[in-house]
Amino acid sequence: MRINESTLVAAPPETIWNYLADPENYLRFMSGITHWEVVGDRVNGLGARYRILVRIGAAEVGGLIEMVEWSEPFDIAWHSVTGVDHRGRWRIREHGEGRSRIEFRFAYGVVGGGIAGVITELAAALTVRRQMRRTVRDLKRQVEHEQRRLEAERRRAARQAARA
Amino acid sequence: MYYVERPKGIRSAARRFVEERVSNRLSAHLEDRDPDYLREALPLLWLISTFYFRAEVRDIGNVPADRPALLVGNHSGGNVIVDTFIFSLAFSTYFGVERPFHQLAHNLAIAWPVAGDLLRKSGTISASHENAEQALAAGAPVLVYPGGDWETHRPSWRGNEIDFGGRKGFIRLALEAGVPIVPVVSIGGQETALFLSRGTRLAKTLRLDKLVRLKVLPISLGLPWGLNVGDFAGHLPLPAKITIEVLPPIDLEREFGPDPDVDEIYAHVTAQMQEALDGLAAERRFPVIG
Repeated sequence: MRINESTLVAAPPETIWNYLADPENYLRFMSGITHWEVVGDRVNGLGARYRILVRIGAAEVGGLIEMVEWSEPFDIAWHSVTGVDHRGRWRIREHGEGRSRIEFRFAYGVVGGGIAGVITELAAALTVRRQMRRTVRDLKRQVEHEQRRLEAERRRAARQAARA
Repeated sequence: MYYVERPKGIRSAARRFVEERVSNRLSAHLEDRDPDYLREALPLLWLISTFYFRAEVRDIGNVPADRPALLVGNHSGGNVIVDTFIFSLAFSTYFGVERPFHQLAHNLAIAWPVAGDLLRKSGTISASHENAEQALAAGAPVLVYPGGDWETHRPSWRGNEIDFGGRKGFIRLALEAGVPIVPVVSIGGQETALFLSRGTRLAKTLRLDKLVRLKVLPISLGLPWGLNVGDFAGHLPLPAKITIEVLPPIDLEREFGPDPDVDEIYAHVTAQMQEALDGLAAERRFPVIG
């Protein structure tokens, strides 16, 4: 099952990248997430590993993930190492006038064939899609807030420099 | 030169064959657990838990992540112990199927043709002190239901009561193994059928306690049988909402000293579980619906 959610954000790719590169932010904007914990020495970057858990229905589902792509400031991708088989990607592209398009791609597979596997994938997709939509919306809100804070900081610095 | 023992006759060979089959079905071991099988069973368990039982497992992070523990649960649902499957699902998705996890069950549960195999492969082992010790020594959390058949067949109107029937073996097990006790409190299981009586007198009259270690012969109303005596073939559980809460670990030596009193620990554990069960019961507005 593959699910995509995207939106336009009033911020340049660098601001979005800085926000997404910090693992501490994930608990703030990812809907349904209950754990995003650094595993090992690398906090972020290629090869960084995290233990993640998302509440979907009756269970907290997740496992160990590893960052497999880290192309600043455009792409972050991960694959699951243990737990539910899945891949995820943040794709950030410039969209003109200081805006960017962010796309959250998520693909997962339920182990075990048969009708139960197919029904589980479809049933879980309802929750996953809803959570991804909320995630993208909350990410947009937080990044735009961060962008306004940065712009205000720059204006203050410019005013202080003019006075000096 | 090899000496091969030849069967003395068709009758003795047949008897040995049947004995082996029966003893295999009546036992389950640590190595029977199969993570791949469990992984493939999780989607179906998730579907049933999510949509049929609207299950919720709270605070599973209270199970120590890096050491063994004795998980002590209240037993509900007659012979169809849906809360065990729901807890196993929650454990496996939270910690991963790779982490060993065992549950103790009565030999009769393990002997069932299909469910028994599922239980074995998901880590269920025959209920005995030695098996539990072995699993804990191997570093795995072990789930036990001290109340056993006594508690799981209590009448539905006593569903919100912790009733271990005075069984304290789990405390000695935790003390000997030096592991903490983690209470696991569940509600809703006793609403999957209308449990009427444990049938203790009937079981005694039929000498079931002597023959198959059963002190009860429960009587209930359940699907698809209607009146169900014994619940040996199980029943189709009603879609009762199941909620499970995992309480913080109890470190016995730290809380009760180096020479703890078993009765005191028993009173403490059951009181804590009763308090949590009362809290869960207060959240419910209707039977079955939750």
